[in-house]
Amino acid sequence: MRHYEVTFIADPVLSGDEVKSTAEAIQSELKGFGATIVAVDEMGLRPLAYQINKRSSGVYFCVEFAALATDWLGKFELNMKRDERILRFLTVKLDKYGIKFNDDKRNGRIGKRKVDAQPVDAAAVPAAVPAPGVVDLDATPEV
Amino acid sequence: MAATREDVKFLSNPKIGLKRKKYCRFRKFGIKYIDYKDSDFLLQFINEQGKLLPRRITGNSLKYQRRVATAVKRARHLGMLPYVADLMK
Repeated sequence: MRHYEVTFIADPVLSGDEVKSTAEAIQSELKGFGATIVAVDEMGLRPLAYQINKRSSGVYFCVEFAALATDWLGKFELNMKRDERILRFLTVKLDKYGIKFNDDKRNGRIGKRKVDAQPVDAAAVPAAVPAPGVVDLDATPEV
Repeated sequence: MAATREDVKFLSNPKIGLKRKKYCRFRKFGIKYIDYKDSDFLLQFINEQGKLLPRRITGNSLKYQRRVATAVKRARHLGMLPYVADLMK
């Protein structure tokens, strides 16, 4: 099984439902070609660094999929290119580190270290408070 | 009272003139995959005009400099980073 990732930008002029139906159409097309969808990441409306088709923002989507035969990818990309609802797309083959990275990211092991650090500190403070009490109990029988 | 030889040694900062050794952050921290969708991270490897910084500056090893370059190019294609810019930082 080879893992691929297709990132595409949907037109921001479309309504919310149309954007969703665009994403679903692409997923169903992938399934039609015999691919299994691993994950769908909706990155939301973002500003573009430069204008594409006279639009200055776009709705980003990222679909990771796995497939055995991949001779249909050219056809799939042609369909994406013909689709007027999509401003731009990029299909990338993932190496083993890329698969692991995406898996870790989905499980929140990447990019959230700073957020995790705060609860750890908060948990450490209450843990430190009872610790002197334990020491005192041990100390009193000795005296 | 004149400063002795040992005092003079500490009157100037001994660290001036010493270069800090550059290192490849991907090697050092074990980063194996560079995500082209993380534009904030890739911003560290481009200058104000949106051009790639050389290895001489970033200290990346050749292997990861190549991967940074492809990631930046992919991000540019997807409109996450500019091809050309003025004062982007």
